Amino acid sequence: MSASVEIRMRVKDLRVELAENGEEILKGVSFELQAGKIFALVGESGSGKSVTSLAAMRLLPEALVITGGAVHVGKQDLFDLSESRMQTVRGRRVAMIFQNAMTALNPVQTVGQQVAETLELHTTLKGKTIRQRVVQLFAEVGIPDPESRFEFYPHQLSGGQQQRVMIAMALACEPDVLIADEPTTALDVTIQEQVLDLIRELTQSRELAVLLITHDMGVVRNTADEVAVMYRGEIIEKAPVDEFFHNPKEAYSRRLIDALPDLTRFQSVAVEQPLLQLDDVKVHFPIRKGVLQRVVDYTRAVDGVSLSIGRGETYALVGESGSGKSTLGRAILNLEEIAGGEISFKGKPIGSLSRRAMLPYRKEIQVIFQNPYSSMNPRMSVGEIIAEGMISLGLGLTAGEREERIGQLLERVQLPREYSQRYPHEFSGGQLQRIAIARALAVEPELIICDEPTSALDVSIRAEVLELLQELQREFGVSYLFITHDLSIVPSLAHHVGVMQLGKLVEQGSAEQILTAPKHPYTQALLNSVPRIDP
Amino acid sequence: MKPILLWSDALIFLLVIALCLFFYRLRRDPQTRERWGEVFSSRLGMVTFTVILVYVGVALLDSLHFRRALEAPEGLETEEIFYDNKVTSVLDVMLLGMGDRFERTYSAPFALKSFEKKNMKDEQGNAIRDFPPLEHAGRHLEDPAERWPDVAARSLTALLWGVLAAAVIIGLQWLALRRSTNPWYASWGVQAVVICLFVWMVNISRYYHILGTDLGGTDVMYQSLKGVRTGVLLGTLSTLIMLPIAVTLGVMAGYFKGWVDDVVQYLYTTLSSIPGILLIAASVLLFQVYIDLNPDFFSIGMEKADARFIALCFILGVTSWSTLCRLIRAETLKISQLGYVQAAHAFGVSHSRILGRHVLPNVVHIILITFVLDFSALVLAEAVLSYIGVGIDPSMGSWGNMINGARSELSREPTVWWTLTGAFFFMFALVLAANLFSDLVRDAFDPRTSMRRSEA
Amino acid sequence: MFAYIVRRMLYAIPILIGVNLLTFTLFFVVNSPDDMAVSQLGEKYVTPEAIATWKKKNGYDKPLFVNAGAEGSEVLTDTIFFSKSLKLFAFDFGRSESGRDITTDVATRMWPSLAVALPNFAIGIWVNICVALMVVMFHATRLDRWAVFVFVSLMSISYLFYIIGGQFLVAKTWKLVPISGFNIEAQPWKFLILPVLVGVVAGIGSGARWYRTLFLEEANQDYVRTARAKGASEISILFKHILPNALIPILTGVVVLIPSLFMGSLLIESFFGIPGLGSYMLDAIKSQDFAIVRSMVFIGSILYIIGLILTDISYTWADPRVRLN
Repeated sequence: MSASVEIRMRVKDLRVELAENGEEILKGVSFELQAGKIFALVGESGSGKSVTSLAAMRLLPEALVITGGAVHVGKQDLFDLSESRMQTVRGRRVAMIFQNAMTALNPVQTVGQQVAETLELHTTLKGKTIRQRVVQLFAEVGIPDPESRFEFYPHQLSGGQQQRVMIAMALACEPDVLIADEPTTALDVTIQEQVLDLIRELTQSRELAVLLITHDMGVVRNTADEVAVMYRGEIIEKAPVDEFFHNPKEAYSRRLIDALPDLTRFQSVAVEQPLLQLDDVKVHFPIRKGVLQRVVDYTRAVDGVSLSIGRGETYALVGESGSGKSTLGRAILNLEEIAGGEISFKGKPIGSLSRRAMLPYRKEIQVIFQNPYSSMNPRMSVGEIIAEGMISLGLGLTAGEREERIGQLLERVQLPREYSQRYPHEFSGGQLQRIAIARALAVEPELIICDEPTSALDVSIRAEVLELLQELQREFGVSYLFITHDLSIVPSLAHHVGVMQLGKLVEQGSAEQILTAPKHPYTQALLNSVPRIDP
Repeated sequence: MKPILLWSDALIFLLVIALCLFFYRLRRDPQTRERWGEVFSSRLGMVTFTVILVYVGVALLDSLHFRRALEAPEGLETEEIFYDNKVTSVLDVMLLGMGDRFERTYSAPFALKSFEKKNMKDEQGNAIRDFPPLEHAGRHLEDPAERWPDVAARSLTALLWGVLAAAVIIGLQWLALRRSTNPWYASWGVQAVVICLFVWMVNISRYYHILGTDLGGTDVMYQSLKGVRTGVLLGTLSTLIMLPIAVTLGVMAGYFKGWVDDVVQYLYTTLSSIPGILLIAASVLLFQVYIDLNPDFFSIGMEKADARFIALCFILGVTSWSTLCRLIRAETLKISQLGYVQAAHAFGVSHSRILGRHVLPNVVHIILITFVLDFSALVLAEAVLSYIGVGIDPSMGSWGNMINGARSELSREPTVWWTLTGAFFFMFALVLAANLFSDLVRDAFDPRTSMRRSEA
Repeated sequence: MFAYIVRRMLYAIPILIGVNLLTFTLFFVVNSPDDMAVSQLGEKYVTPEAIATWKKKNGYDKPLFVNAGAEGSEVLTDTIFFSKSLKLFAFDFGRSESGRDITTDVATRMWPSLAVALPNFAIGIWVNICVALMVVMFHATRLDRWAVFVFVSLMSISYLFYIIGGQFLVAKTWKLVPISGFNIEAQPWKFLILPVLVGVVAGIGSGARWYRTLFLEEANQDYVRTARAKGASEISILFKHILPNALIPILTGVVVLIPSLFMGSLLIESFFGIPGLGSYMLDAIKSQDFAIVRSMVFIGSILYIIGLILTDISYTWADPRVRLN
């Protein structure tokens, strides 16, 4: 690599406003992209990082307008170009890949056609040559059997392969700049790692200048050369990646970095009497076929899982999407019928109780869901939401006592009492998740099943919610079954860890044991993809 | 005077009360209030809503029925009071007898003479064939040439009165609403126009037939106004009958799934596979046979027509629930998967409570959109059904019957165009207002469109 | 795929039975054959003998479900339910109340119906898609808003006015084509132009508005943004990406109607005097000929079910994501 750096894209004082009321979304963003380097723009939702990338491509939705600044590619300011000239820049000199490859690809065109379209638009190549070129590209981005994949439709490919197709499409015309907007967020961690590796490789081999937009500090740590932190439409800190992680200047950056896992400190494991025990639990969904829709086989969503959770303990159930971990949680709640095995709570079997017979246990076992926005009825006030369980489970409180308790609970999860009069849509995701915790606590359960309670939240808020959960555990001695895909939150939280893959528990043990000396290759793969401050 | 409560009158007033209660309850929920605020913060929303309210108001006035007491016939010594066989409504009174001024047959708008020639005697007593003068139009004029200046002069005075009335009514509203940020002025504009038109119409119609008369000699303007009640009632009552069926079945199918879902799906596939118009026609005909065979059930002609009308609403309602049911089933399926229903299960909340508190309130927007949309569709359908001969009883005024009676007259020379024109404009204004309003309601309430806005 | 179609056909059987039971209840249980005889004969001529003769002539003189007086299998077959309802399954429609053979009538009358309905349908969809595409090109401009207003206004006009207006303007005032009538031998197009034109124009409002919504819904999808990021022009995005995707929901709404085209249009056919199934039904309703109505209900249901199956099949053809099973 030559000593002099080649600047491929220069964004200067970029300003964007809401067309409706002139609210500032970007307040003067400036940065430069260098050839062969990955520049990461990190920030939480609403920080304006995606708006920056779309503005640079001039692809903003109509509600947003660019009010100032310049984006230079080479000598050319993109904001001076006519729309038709701009079209020759997009895909040719600046290419872009998006977060969710499944929806970003046209569902009714073959992936080959879609990559070919870029070539047809910007080159003079024809028919066979284009096809050869596409197959070459597919091979380059690591799609197996590229020749036959040309004729595949997006839904026939896995998530990782779809994102590879997107990358092939972006690289087809050998652009100078690649903008990657959260390219791995929708992918499972093991796949995420492979796609990031590919982007890193291509940056080197093709001398690309990459703008990587992400909310994930782990991705930044492992991939980027330089990093900029965005907060409310401004870049508040910009630094080379090593320097940034060892010596962040802003408090906000510090918070983001602190959210990364510390793999040296674990929860101590105390020997406890078991609260919940699963013994060879199976949940099967029938597959029907043929004229008469006979059941020919079963999808074995949960296929013989045995585990035990002690009083006041947190058990983290880790696995990627489709591993059956959420189904298992629903089965414990008796929301899913079990096909075999037994679930016992305090020694009593509860696996196949009827709706009515389960009622007494509802008070003991509660749940917090992943998506805080859909887990509360938008037409009920927060007070009514929290009161619902108390009423239906017959806690025998008077209306006044209930109200008092709601107030206490809200204060316990660090929200003002007055919020009980408000409605869910007035709150942020983090606040809603606190309300969900209050709702679960309202009936004084002994076990709470937390189904990915923090994965929809921004990292800085995530830490606060996890902290709150731990506090409550110390205070009330409640146990958690913590279902997550994110190994990085496990060390600070869990006493025991179980790793699920394809409906089976492949490994379980104390958190320290699993995270420091994993035995199963799948656990090792998961662990390898966890970002660390010191790689 | 003896008040008469027809079945349809009772139903429509019940409906109005129910709707008011419903909206009063909805006020509690801030999200709903916000959405309605969105609808009414646009000028179009205000205008269309006012137009719809005007129609509803006319329909309600026309639903307060009574029978006039007849003067005791001379020489008959009796205490008994006899009542007119004809049913009058408050609207008829307000129109100052517009409906009582019959001519012999067709006459053009503002015409002084009949549309058809007749054998008469002239002043000298010779038999001639000429256009006879109308009985209730321009009788006060000495010279036919004075007609247009007379119309202009009367219009001017009427308009002055109209402006005065409008100023009073709008002034009162201004006092109450001046602090509101909603564009009330748009509504006031419509109100002013409507009030002026109404005052003008009532005044002028005492001297002329504004929209002429039809084959039977009835004032066309009067008929068009009478059609308002039929249209509004048909649109609302049918939907009202359809709603409980569609909502109950749809929610049950989507929530309980399994065999309940199978049965409901079977029911609506079967029903929607039958050509709708045939099913409606057959049902109406069968009901007609029933009425014909049991004439003793109804004491006056109006009640018979009313029975047929309600039967029609009922049939339209029972045959048209499948679309809404399908929508609600799909939405319920989606809602049942959401966190808050799952959480309710985890809290051991009973099925009926989940349905009532979690599922139903969250499908209300679909019901609302369907209600407004179906309303306009039903008003249009009435015309078609009346044409086919399975619609409103001919003795009951309706736009469909007007069109049906006048469609062949277009081939006359000169053309009889005014009946169609009257029906066209009265119908068009209502349906257009309802359609535009339903668009606004959908934009505000449909989560898909509101999501798109928040993304942007 | 094959198993799927077979299953759908099997599923059609209970639906047809349901339709049959419903019509049977409506026509024979709610209203007894005696009531029908009275209304057919007219009140003046009602004598018990006249009713009996009429019932005998039309085959209504049997018991509803079980004929206790008959022997062998006739206990069940010599009943109204069997002769009037079950025979429909064998496409044996019997005779109308006025004595004509319904099957022959249907066979001859469906062609004129199709001659109007098919061009109406095809041209209508084409015009609506074109209009909607044009409007979508000007999305979020003043033109777009006015276009929507015009669509809604067009929707708010009763179908009857389109027909009356069309006849009045094109046929009466401009004298371009005959007002009504149909002649399959001599220049049938002369009689078809106006009904087709009226049908197409009347459909623009709701059709184009609906398609516009579908196009806009697709225009908000992620893959459209991808296409823009590729450097594709707006026109090419509209035709290469949005249109093929929007065709999928259009297909579902439209394919189900294709078989029902045989039924024709009640209003158009009666106004324009086209001797198709639409006017056949209308005449049957007006003369209260329940035998015809019953048969048409059955035919209509079968066509609708075929439409549903065709819709599913067309899905697999238009949308690579859909596999039937």
